[in-house]
Amino acid sequence: MMKKYWHVFNIGIQNNLTYRFNFLARAIFGLVPLIAILYVWQSIYAGKPRGSAVGAYSLGEMISYYLLVTVVDALTAVNEDDWQIATDIKEGNISQFLLKPIDYQAYRLCLFFSGRLTYLIVAALPLGIFIGCFHNYFVLPADGWTWSCFLFSTALTALLQFFTSYAMAMLAFWVLEVSTFIFILFAFEYIASGHLFPLDILPHGVERALFLTPFPYQLYFPVSIYLGKTKGADLMWGLLIQATWVLLAFGLARFAWGRGIKRYSAVGG
Amino acid sequence: MSLEPEKTPNWQQSKAGSNIRRYFSIYAALWKNSVTRELTFKSNFLLWIFVEVLWFGLQLSFIGVLYLHTDQIGSWTKWQVVMLVGASHFIQQIFQAFFLINCTNLSELIRTGKLDFLLLLPANARFLISLRQVDLGGFVNAAFALCVMGYAAEKLHYVPNIAEVTGFLFLCAAGILIHYSLMFLLATISFWTVRAQGVVWGYYNLFQIARMPDEAFQGLFKAVFTFAVPMLLVSNVPVRLLVGKMTSSVPLFILLSMSVACYVLSEWGWRAALRHYTSASS
Repeated sequence: MMKKYWHVFNIGIQNNLTYRFNFLARAIFGLVPLIAILYVWQSIYAGKPRGSAVGAYSLGEMISYYLLVTVVDALTAVNEDDWQIATDIKEGNISQFLLKPIDYQAYRLCLFFSGRLTYLIVAALPLGIFIGCFHNYFVLPADGWTWSCFLFSTALTALLQFFTSYAMAMLAFWVLEVSTFIFILFAFEYIASGHLFPLDILPHGVERALFLTPFPYQLYFPVSIYLGKTKGADLMWGLLIQATWVLLAFGLARFAWGRGIKRYSAVGG
Repeated sequence: MSLEPEKTPNWQQSKAGSNIRRYFSIYAALWKNSVTRELTFKSNFLLWIFVEVLWFGLQLSFIGVLYLHTDQIGSWTKWQVVMLVGASHFIQQIFQAFFLINCTNLSELIRTGKLDFLLLLPANARFLISLRQVDLGGFVNAAFALCVMGYAAEKLHYVPNIAEVTGFLFLCAAGILIHYSLMFLLATISFWTVRAQGVVWGYYNLFQIARMPDEAFQGLFKAVFTFAVPMLLVSNVPVRLLVGKMTSSVPLFILLSMSVACYVLSEWGWRAALRHYTSASS
């Protein structure tokens, strides 16, 4: 039963490795804007009296925040999966999956994981050098418990990212061009998940409002666990809410697929 | 026979004139084509504009968040940086309107072999490839960027004079030439490895540097993004001119010479690529 998905995973890795040059370019070019943001923060801190903080962040903590964002992003970000799924639907490639004893969603999930693994292999070198340059700021989590919560939350983040993108790609059943919708979602995710800045430097009301959406759980939450900003009861609640979002996204993806397939067979049949 | 030497200059002049007119008419046809294409997918056209507006708003809110915690980045105040983000968006959108899709499409042209047909056409191939499609949404978004810049100028209580505006637009053109030349140069990599989209996408990522105030950067990073990939000049220099932050004429000179250098380099790369080209089918 699991063997066929293992094959998918393997094929996915081999496919992705053929694009290693692309992955490498992506990893390297992706780091440059990040370095630029670090420079900007550095000059902001330089303009302040020595040792002052932005929100609850010293300069060192701010830098380690961005380093962790890069790591979690490399582990969990959806690369081109949503485009590929939308293309599969639009071009009718999914028909073959309806006949085969393989679940399309599980198939895509395997490809997603293989994509992440390949990305990590390719990006390890540039990422490693980058983090090495800032190793003074790269702290380890406080204890084993924080470690395990962080890893668990990162896994949930990956699933949440995948299921939201998958549900989004299902739009391809209804509209011709999904890329605009993907970009709109990505824009919200980019700012509200903590890519650009840690969410807790925002005014308190804005931060609370953001936490009513799934976005912070797509990146910020595991990073805040790692840095020890979220702990105790908040941590448990957060994990529970994150798991709920994963289930909701999963349900939405399934639901959209079911509705889409009905419509698909009606049109294509 | 004896009349011929007299005729030549005249003939050449009219040839150059008709050549320009011919390219204008070709370009007009390409425009018409693009307008028709956009009109076929009206809702999509509007949605793309919405996407760009959203991303623009996102950059502005990032600046807003930064300035919640500081008054200045180097000597740049909040509304000056808003001006910078606006100008950077303006430059990027005009670049996008004319060149972006065409540059990213080059690898597709090579992969599918359609490039052969373009090379056979009796017109300059680089002209055709670079300007084939016009992205009309880019102009709409550039207009939004100008509105934001106007608002920022209002907040700065600043009214630029005609000379400053003209200078600004001229420097923007130099910046667009840099973006175009470098992007085109990167796209020609697809003559060697067909999948160069990663690199082109990567360059697009670098636009993010262009909207950051230059004073935040130092050392190697600043040197690389001034003299190798002049991102820190493209929008910083025009804005400095516009808001009167120009302390010396050196950056101006560097921007202009870099734009010429980038163009020459891209032309050289393009010719080398064409010499190397053997078509997809062979």
